[in-house]
Amino acid sequence: MTMPYKLWSFHGGLHLPGHKDISTQQPSGAVFIPRRLVLPLQQHIGEPAEPAVKIGERVLGGQIIAYANGYVSVPLHAPTSGTISDISEQKAPHPSNLKTRCIILETDGKDEWCELEPISNYQKLDPSALRNRIRDAGIVGLGGAGFPSFIKLNPGSRTVVDQLVINAAECEPYISCDDQLMREQPGEILQGIQIMQHALQARLCIIGIEDNKPEAYKALQQAISELNIDTIQLIRIPTIYPTGGEKQLIKVLTGKESPSNGLPLDIGVVCHNVATAASIYAAINLGKPLVSRLVTLTGDGIKNPRNHQVLIGTPIDEWIKHNGGYEPGVNQLIMGGPMMGFNLETDQVPIIKTSNCILALCEPETHPPAVPCIRCGACMDVCPANLLPQQLYWQAFASDFDKIQDYNLFDCIECGCCSYVCPSQIPLVQYYRFAKTEIWAMERDKRKSDQARQRHEFRLERLEKEKQERAERMRKKKAALNANKSASSKDDSKKQAIEAALARVRDKKKQANTEIRNTDNLTADQQKKIDEIEFRRQQNSENPKT
Amino acid sequence: MKFTKVTSANLHNNANVTRVMREVLFALIPGIVLYVYFFGWSIMINISLATLTALCAETIMLMLRKRPIVPFLSDYSAILTAVLLALALPTLAPWWLIVIATLFAIVIAKHLYGGLGYNPFNPAMVGYVVVMISFPQYMTQWLLPDQNLSLMQTIALHFQQASYIGLPVDSITSATPIDSIKTGLSLDKTIADIRSAPIFGEIGGLGWEWIGGGFLVGGLWLIFRKLIGWQIPVSMLGSIIVIAGLFNLFDPAHYADPLIHIFSGGTLLAAFFIATDPVTASTTPKGRIIYAAGIGLFTYIIRNWGGYPDGIAFAVLLMNMAVPTIDYYTQPRVFGATGK
Repeated sequence: MTMPYKLWSFHGGLHLPGHKDISTQQPSGAVFIPRRLVLPLQQHIGEPAEPAVKIGERVLGGQIIAYANGYVSVPLHAPTSGTISDISEQKAPHPSNLKTRCIILETDGKDEWCELEPISNYQKLDPSALRNRIRDAGIVGLGGAGFPSFIKLNPGSRTVVDQLVINAAECEPYISCDDQLMREQPGEILQGIQIMQHALQARLCIIGIEDNKPEAYKALQQAISELNIDTIQLIRIPTIYPTGGEKQLIKVLTGKESPSNGLPLDIGVVCHNVATAASIYAAINLGKPLVSRLVTLTGDGIKNPRNHQVLIGTPIDEWIKHNGGYEPGVNQLIMGGPMMGFNLETDQVPIIKTSNCILALCEPETHPPAVPCIRCGACMDVCPANLLPQQLYWQAFASDFDKIQDYNLFDCIECGCCSYVCPSQIPLVQYYRFAKTEIWAMERDKRKSDQARQRHEFRLERLEKEKQERAERMRKKKAALNANKSASSKDDSKKQAIEAALARVRDKKKQANTEIRNTDNLTADQQKKIDEIEFRRQQNSENPKT
Repeated sequence: MKFTKVTSANLHNNANVTRVMREVLFALIPGIVLYVYFFGWSIMINISLATLTALCAETIMLMLRKRPIVPFLSDYSAILTAVLLALALPTLAPWWLIVIATLFAIVIAKHLYGGLGYNPFNPAMVGYVVVMISFPQYMTQWLLPDQNLSLMQTIALHFQQASYIGLPVDSITSATPIDSIKTGLSLDKTIADIRSAPIFGEIGGLGWEWIGGGFLVGGLWLIFRKLIGWQIPVSMLGSIIVIAGLFNLFDPAHYADPLIHIFSGGTLLAAFFIATDPVTASTTPKGRIIYAAGIGLFTYIIRNWGGYPDGIAFAVLLMNMAVPTIDYYTQPRVFGATGK
């Protein structure tokens, strides 16, 4: 069964200390229900969901509390029963640290659920109907990006999906929620994968798992043989950061490179995360929407590091307190991993669908200051996108946003390898994010001004056209008048002919009048009678109704 | 609870510029030790003088430019420039020549262009070329090996108190092997005749071949430590070997063999320590090969047909000028790039 499988590699990458064992020492345990849940309407890429509940309304677990708004959007469900206490702007976990619209749910602890509708035989379901179910379950990519999964399960009418790649690499240090999920629920993951294969009509699936997760590998392997699945291949890959990057993983497993400005679908590959597969299993086989997820709580700032099943919307401070709290000296809180995660300034924000890890660290306060770049190229040697980070930095530093695109800024996946090795301690990724945002803002502005200019030009054109049309009408009218005038002078002969004809008619009439009538030679008596009649007629006509 | 604001990536491998510079300095030690062994304390005087001048100039420039002094001064970059310059300049260069070259390197070539990381030209080579053009007569005074001068005699030599030494300066100095080949050829001698002179050793200049070997060892250690790439040294030495080999093959009487070119003058020092200066070298893998091949080519051309005793400094500066263009046209293929 285990055939030697050819693996590929990508440029650069890092061997990082894993720190994963500290959070996989205990089972993920029962879900914790906090007093209140803060549910941001936007937990995915795309349009925020639209509230479907009113303040004061009681909701049951699994009930839709916000509808998907547009195609690239998913609904939001109540993670447990309780009362909607507010719909307002709240701090949400986001690098911007800005507030976003959230539904606040005061839980009642009863955890009553609405009736679920499991699908017993998804194979009979049309792929598009299956996708709709997955969408209705609010499922987004749980690996971190949070793109609505149903879209990534839609290959479109033209494309054939050769392979479904399942990302079980989990390459960032500290994060172990996927590892634990694979150890605890390998069967669910595999069945979720089979549902995905059906939705994509993809016959083959490869699971790529880094070789630092032997327990998870064993569990999946055992489940594959137990379930007797022959369309899923489990492949161990070397632990190199960032192998878990979608494009990097596909390269390692298939040798194919997704085009730099395209999607894996362009090369016939679709990639999903293991946790997403498990949530799709729950959505289809159990009818259960995405209302909780496995989250890693770890770092030297945490008393009791572990993986824990957490309800979406659980405030992080309450959750950490429930798990034993912080170690003294903690000063950094990161959502996600230490390489790509973002800093949280406060722990009073909720866990959302894309939160895979909460990392609390006790770090020295003083960081060495950044010194100038010496162009040593250490960053270039580790860049998994094969970019020239030193040149990108130079252009970003100089705000040369045209030139920086010559150096393929937008192929940067912000993995942080360059920052990790930079001897000048330059926060390189920050510069690239800055340049990207500036370029996006410039493009937005340009689009706007283009639109305005187009509108203005269109208006000018329209006015000009109207003016021309008016002038044309005037010209036509004048021409018509002139034509009439000239016609009347030219057709005198016709007029004479008509006059002559009329005269002839008149003559004829006169002649006719001169013909003998029976009233010509009347007697006096006869004339008198006629006069009387005429008189009566006249009277009658004068007083008709009398 | 509130937390510190940090940015990703939160991890770092603890590399820093200071450590890089320090390791490069350590890698120079074998070559310097052999230098002292063959030519006495002279080089140490040059190094000390250059280092002192560089540190003073660096401090003053940082003050004038209102930059933090301690972090920049302790990054070893000024010291590295000074040491490389001292190694490149003639052993018997007078003290003021060293000072002028160093001042030019630090003040003009480094700080007036924006300081560490911003200078387009290799500071040490700028300093070298300035004194080479301005004071050519002093640039040919190289100590002969094995003179056994005392430290005091050496100091006196550097401060031009030749009378104190008790022997004529001419008797202890000579041109470099590379220079004497050029002079010899202009006198219609053959390479074989020229090489019979006592300043030549087995494969290069007497003593110089060993010093070059010391730099080679240090350089290989730098490659092993991944502080420099293999591209620049391999390409520079390779291009010299290929070109010199072709000419030598074609006319051995008038063109020295490749080993003389490699093991004489500052070829090995330049290949591993000067051309590899990351700030002024090309930064792409392919670009580094082109850049260093260019240095090798120009070095050979200037050595053979130019008017100066050695051509490395000019070759480095010429290629420094080409770096932005080289870098732009040698971008590696980006992941997932199609076409081109």
